[in-house]
Amino acid sequence: MSLLEVKDLKVYFKTLDGLVKAVDGVSFTLNEEETLAIVGESGCGKTVTALTILGLVKRAIVEGSIVYRGTEVTKLSEEEFQNIRGKKISMIFQEPMASFDPLYSVGRQMMEVAMKHLNVSEECARNLCIEMLKKVQIPLAEQRFDQYPHQMSGGMLQRIMIAMALLMNPDIVIADEPTTALDVTIQAQVLNLFKDLQRQYHTSVIFITHDLGIVAELADRVHVMYAGKIVEKASVHEIFEHPLHPYTKGLLESRLKKEYKGKLLPFVKGVVPAPTSWPAGCRFHPRCPRMMKVCQEKEPVEIQVDGRSISCWLYSEGDSE
Amino acid sequence: MIVSLRKIKKYFPIRAGVFLQTVGWVRALEETDLDISENQTIGVVGESGCGKTTLGRIVARILQPTSGKIEFQGVDVTKKTTKDIEKLFRRTVQMIFQDPFNSLDPRMTIADVVKEPLEAHRVFESKKEMEDYVVELIGKVGLHREHLSRYPHEFSGGQRQRIAIARALALKPKLIVCDEPTSALDVSVQSQIVNLLQQLREEYKMSYLFISHNLDLVYHMSDKLIVMYLGNVMEEGDSVEVFENPLHPYTKALMSAIPSWDPNQRKLSKLKLTGEPPSPVNPPSGCVFSTRCLYKFDKCEKEKPQLKGSENHRVACFLYGE
Repeated sequence: MSLLEVKDLKVYFKTLDGLVKAVDGVSFTLNEEETLAIVGESGCGKTVTALTILGLVKRAIVEGSIVYRGTEVTKLSEEEFQNIRGKKISMIFQEPMASFDPLYSVGRQMMEVAMKHLNVSEECARNLCIEMLKKVQIPLAEQRFDQYPHQMSGGMLQRIMIAMALLMNPDIVIADEPTTALDVTIQAQVLNLFKDLQRQYHTSVIFITHDLGIVAELADRVHVMYAGKIVEKASVHEIFEHPLHPYTKGLLESRLKKEYKGKLLPFVKGVVPAPTSWPAGCRFHPRCPRMMKVCQEKEPVEIQVDGRSISCWLYSEGDSE
Repeated sequence: MIVSLRKIKKYFPIRAGVFLQTVGWVRALEETDLDISENQTIGVVGESGCGKTTLGRIVARILQPTSGKIEFQGVDVTKKTTKDIEKLFRRTVQMIFQDPFNSLDPRMTIADVVKEPLEAHRVFESKKEMEDYVVELIGKVGLHREHLSRYPHEFSGGQRQRIAIARALALKPKLIVCDEPTSALDVSVQSQIVNLLQQLREEYKMSYLFISHNLDLVYHMSDKLIVMYLGNVMEEGDSVEVFENPLHPYTKALMSAIPSWDPNQRKLSKLKLTGEPPSPVNPPSGCVFSTRCLYKFDKCEKEKPQLKGSENHRVACFLYGE
């Protein structure tokens, strides 16, 4: 059985500019001990999907279901949610500098997690946290424990966030662009560490990123999101070797290759549309190089092609109706 | 030669206490030479804190160097100069900033933004001429006439960067300093902006000082490549040569940290670089990379290596040379 099952999830926000359909009918499953990458450009709904799983979106219209080990989490009260969040499902945020409270030492913030869920003494929680800091290779962990976020580098804070996320040995860690704010060499170090710990703790990971390079390094399966929908689902090998959706192809082609030097780069024309007014039909059609008439009129349905799924009229056999 | 820097150094003072006395220095840039000639793109690559932005700002004369000499078309412009030369410099050297959300005044329309340099330099006699020119310019960067009366918040990141490019282009400069012009943008938009910069370079016969943390991008854009670390140039030379045949251990580490894009050849776990860059307030003695270098020996911690080698490939490392 799958660990987490998201079915037809819709998250809408009412704003002054109209209804923002940030996530609009997303379904996926997460299996035990796998890394699922959700890829897409900014504004496609990746982060909102993650926050919804953790019950962190406020004042939104949430429809559909999210089932974690048989429990429907969208129906949980805030109190019940607190027994899952941080303990069973935890999150690593994008901006390490902005995710810590500057007024408390990093140790205190870590201990908060341990004491909330474990019902242990302060001393015991402290030891547990220091142990964890050592696991994420923080040098001089005992001293660092009492320091404040501003005394640390971004790479170090991100490691501490990883330590915090894994502290309760959760089933699922959702990592939302965890290395985007870091330098490449630090990024590589943090990702390596993350991968090792994931193996050690047998954790499942939902990895949200816009960087396909990282996806190739980490993921088992990949879901490509565009404009609030998942347009393609496949294994990491299939995505990189035989991408089907024109958007996936576009993303892969936008990689800078050595051969391009002195030439113009291939690109996906246009930009992601505003979430208040997604285009009719297939949402990618205004940017799609292989747009057909049907794409402008009808939304493509998700179909199975060779065991993978894709939402694109190019792969539908004739008209389904 | 448009601009040449000789032994440029930039230290920022750290002030503390009631009287704001200088208690230390951030050594942002150590003695660096740089020549930018006509029609040449020089790429600068390095991680945050390596001094690449400081270098760019000194070239654009937004920052004054602590010591060293800047020559502009043969004239010494290190300190304040005559008004004429100052004006000529501004017309010749322009800049595009990293964050298009902060580099445009939210209260100015796009027309105002693009016109400002033209008005300051009194380029056109009549208003009509200027307006025609602005429309033409905005077309060159891929925007339309109806965009001119709008404000920056109405545009996406990519469009804002186009506006910033139009502003930099308005005076037909010979050199544009591009400081991470695409790092705030989405991948597909990034390619569009890179292409635009390339097309404009050919059309206007300009030079770029192209600064980025992305080695692939810098290689793509530049004729000459400079790799920086902690305020020092570690390696420089013809970009193809440096990229194909990197010598400095830091350059190699930087290349190995770039993800592979191939799930069959995952390579990040092979990265050998450990630790983080030390603080520029208190840089290590000798070679600044010695604290993280796998190949260091006694000499590296005592003496500072100088850039050595041929014109098209030089490296500051004791592993090479003699």
